[in-house]
Amino acid sequence: MTDADASPFDQQVATHRDYLLRFARLQLRNETWAEDAVSETLLAALSKPLSFANRSQLKTWLVGILKHKIIDALRHHGREVCVGSGTDDEQEDPLESIAFKADGHFGESPAEWGNPEQDLSSRQFFEILEACASKLPASQGRLFLMREWLELSSEEICKELDLTATNLYVQLHRARLRLRECLELNWFAHPRAT
Amino acid sequence: MMSSYPFKRTCKEVSALLIAREDRELPLQERVALRLHLAMCQACPRFERQVLTMRNAMKQWRQYTSDPGDEC
Repeated sequence: MTDADASPFDQQVATHRDYLLRFARLQLRNETWAEDAVSETLLAALSKPLSFANRSQLKTWLVGILKHKIIDALRHHGREVCVGSGTDDEQEDPLESIAFKADGHFGESPAEWGNPEQDLSSRQFFEILEACASKLPASQGRLFLMREWLELSSEEICKELDLTATNLYVQLHRARLRLRECLELNWFAHPRAT
Repeated sequence: MMSSYPFKRTCKEVSALLIAREDRELPLQERVALRLHLAMCQACPRFERQVLTMRNAMKQWRQYTSDPGDEC
């Protein structure tokens, strides 16, 4: 035994800290908030030890707790969560990343991304996806992941953050277009080994 | 009096609708306009497939984040 004081359950829970922190950072985009959410998750888990058949089940349970702690944090920080970055990005038309002609037609037809069902469940793809999400401006990234990772409805997000629907849609729109561009550049445009 | 092409949309407008559809329900008139445009356009169905691929990708990623197996 390496640590006389820690129970096997405590030790198992602790090994998942880095994994949980990765998603807390991605969603919260604030180191302190992320550390706090993960600490609260670990504390909640340790206070009600359960037995799990394997590591994977324990991890699933921990991620579930983390999501709740993260929603609490987002609600708590409210306004700070969705303030604009104040950069030029706020003014720029997000569709500028796609070349449209003056008459509204595509300048260049969108690329055929193929039928990448297999690719999309690969570890390499998820790494690119997470890297692209982490490159979004902070408020866009938070709102986007509230939709896509926390699976909140647009109505729920507006209510939790006291945000207008118009503001939310504009930010999500920008986030989705940026992500599309990033995935195209870093994944779909390049042939790769599978 | 209504315009003679109440459902006419440009590719740029259709792209915006395809993205917006991920986060909100489109009004009936926009849904019809979208469908009519997609039926006649070469480029926009490709863009739609990209959006649907992203939707699928996010779903796979979400599953992976909560049940990634023992590998990491």
